[in-house]
Amino acid sequence: MIEKTKQKTLFRLVLIMLLSALAAGLGYVVLSLPTQAPGLSEQVTANLVRSGVSNPVTAVLLNFRGYDTLLEMGVLLLALVGVWSLGGIPEQRKSSPPGPVLDMLARLLVPLLILVAGYLLWVGAYAPGGAFQAGAVLAAAGVLLLLAGWRPGTRFSGLPLRIALVTGLGIFVAVGMALILLERRLLEYSPSFAGALILLIEVAASLSIGITLAALFLGGRPEVEPRR
Amino acid sequence: MEEMTLLQWAFDGVLGFALLWLAWRALASPDLFKAIVLFIAFGLLMALAWVRLDAPDVALAEAAIGAGLTGALLLTALARLDLKNETETVHKEDNTPQSP
Amino acid sequence: MSHVFLYALVGVGLFTLGLYALIVHPHLLRKILAINVMGSGVFLVLVALAARTGGAVPDPVPHAMVITGIVVAISATALALALMLRVQVEVGQAGLPEERLE
Repeated sequence: MIEKTKQKTLFRLVLIMLLSALAAGLGYVVLSLPTQAPGLSEQVTANLVRSGVSNPVTAVLLNFRGYDTLLEMGVLLLALVGVWSLGGIPEQRKSSPPGPVLDMLARLLVPLLILVAGYLLWVGAYAPGGAFQAGAVLAAAGVLLLLAGWRPGTRFSGLPLRIALVTGLGIFVAVGMALILLERRLLEYSPSFAGALILLIEVAASLSIGITLAALFLGGRPEVEPRR
Repeated sequence: MEEMTLLQWAFDGVLGFALLWLAWRALASPDLFKAIVLFIAFGLLMALAWVRLDAPDVALAEAAIGAGLTGALLLTALARLDLKNETETVHKEDNTPQSP
Repeated sequence: MSHVFLYALVGVGLFTLGLYALIVHPHLLRKILAINVMGSGVFLVLVALAARTGGAVPDPVPHAMVITGIVVAISATALALALMLRVQVEVGQAGLPEERLE
């Protein structure tokens, strides 16, 4: 027994020494980087006019690196499929109906959160904001509803839920493919339509992101009304 | 760039130290609930760090997703973990024979 | 040294702290917390290094990458937590078996 604790302490000591060496090495590498490095900011600023929005981060996320965002929405959906494949909603403590404070707070805050999400989505074109932030606020509204005891009706939990989840990625892919059919490359927006296309993709994406994150919070596949 | 005043240095220093300290306390805390709450606070301080680094979009995303939603996910998982532990101990007590 | 490198060093420190906690703790929820802290450290290094531009606008490409990274991190955390609950159902405890859970 004594050897086991001694072994454990020795292991931890060696680990701390190795990790300190790692931290020192990484710190040295970071500090030896140049103090001024423009990176890609000059190219982004030069091409910002053609991107359809004036917020550089939104331009990068939805235009210049739009393919990464498409794949990221695929990752979100994949994580949800993984969680759903592990079973139904985990058993909860038999919950009493929500107290009056939670109930009233949910009723007050959820419409406000939806409004804030819409604002963040719209303002993301020219100020900090965008589809992911709006989707996250929508997900927060969904989580608040779920905590207050609301569950989606069984009619909504089947096909309509799945359609809502897939719409974001679906519209993104559809826009990309439509551009290929119009003899451009994947997701190469024409500068005159870029703003409108980005807004369309962002609306669908925020809805899907919000519902996906709220469904991840629920933690399992919701029950579906059996087909007659 | 612009000159760094002493106040800015002090703010950055305190924020950096608070980030490291919160992370250490969250990871080393024996109580899981306390660890998760400290992690949520850590996420909120990260949002402040993003603002300090001129990244407001990242700050919005971190505050909403990194601190808020991740915290909610972790707390729910902890509650389900404890619930399963409780039902197991209750079943174990049912199985042990009663001594008269 | 501008404040950028201070934050980059804090990021390196967070990564190392998270790595230590990941290796040492057998409980799965602590490992998930540790991975999240490591991820935050990496994001801090990325965004800190993006602020080195010297002009008014920081480099937006690492910002976009970090926003993507935050969303991917929460997806991975959600899946990991569901797997952890499943492990508890199958094995009886939410942790690695060779040590007592701390």
